[in-house]
Amino acid sequence: MSAQAPGKPGPKKPGLALWLPLMLFAGFVVLVIYGLSRNANTDVVSAFIGKPLPAFDLPPASDDRPGLATADFTKGKPRLLNVFASWCVPCAVEAPQLAALAAKGVEIDGVAIRDRKQDLAQFLAQNGNPFARIGRDDLSQVQLAIGSSGVPETFVIDGRGVIRYQHIGDIRPEDVPIILRKLAEAGA
Amino acid sequence: MKRLWLAIMALLAAALCSPPLAAQDLLPPAPYAYKQIADPALEAKAQTLMLTLRCLKCQSQSIADSDAPMAGDMRHQVRTRIAAGEDPEAIRVWLIERYGDYVSYTPQLKPITWPLFAAPLIILVLAALLLRGRFRRSKAAA
Repeated sequence: MSAQAPGKPGPKKPGLALWLPLMLFAGFVVLVIYGLSRNANTDVVSAFIGKPLPAFDLPPASDDRPGLATADFTKGKPRLLNVFASWCVPCAVEAPQLAALAAKGVEIDGVAIRDRKQDLAQFLAQNGNPFARIGRDDLSQVQLAIGSSGVPETFVIDGRGVIRYQHIGDIRPEDVPIILRKLAEAGA
Repeated sequence: MKRLWLAIMALLAAALCSPPLAAQDLLPPAPYAYKQIADPALEAKAQTLMLTLRCLKCQSQSIADSDAPMAGDMRHQVRTRIAAGEDPEAIRVWLIERYGDYVSYTPQLKPITWPLFAAPLIILVLAALLLRGRFRRSKAAA
């Protein structure tokens, strides 16, 4: 290096360009760590909140409750629409909370997803039946039409049949006040 | 060493083949969940659409790839609607109205997605400018 003749330009100093790829890589690593450590939320929120229920008319899913149609939700009083199934474990977990809501005078309707009559009857005998009506949705058509992506999900429907709130997953005891508040906001 | 590998493979096989823990429904799959439309042209249309719709239960799979009952019900819905003459993009819009853009693997051109479409063009222009600078310099040196 020192042997270089003065006046002749030496090799260019690498400077920032040398470090740039490493810095980019470090930035990428930070991004990945951030992405991995973030609490993954895989809930798909319905884009149909604030919109009226689509038209449907489901046959009854059980022998002792009528079926469920859109017209049942436009009678002036807010109601809960519970999307559930007998084969769904968290649906049994939320049963006491639904019973508590029903005991407070909340009217609850059910949509049974891909369910057999005998399985549903056993489920209701075991976990109680808080439903006024239960519609039978063997092809998940109503579920898809309201933007629900799993069981259980609970929707607050106001007295004019407009979807006002969506609760994803089982209703825990601490969720009951929230749902009561949403029902009140919907005009209970 | 060979025994160890065998043990590892056996463990892996057990992990991959064990039955799912989640409860499943006992209903048979929807009529068009696993049955193609009789008209191959319509089935091809349905297939193209189903490959770009997200399964909402198993969110990294398309509904064409998933065996979740809900994905089967979505395939049934797509196939029956296409067989009835509906446009595939209309079905995509119908689903986006309910589940948001997340349900579609094909990005739509929207104010928030324009960089996605513009980025390749911008990168091409930048590369062209960079190359032009290099060529000029090497010409000057020659």
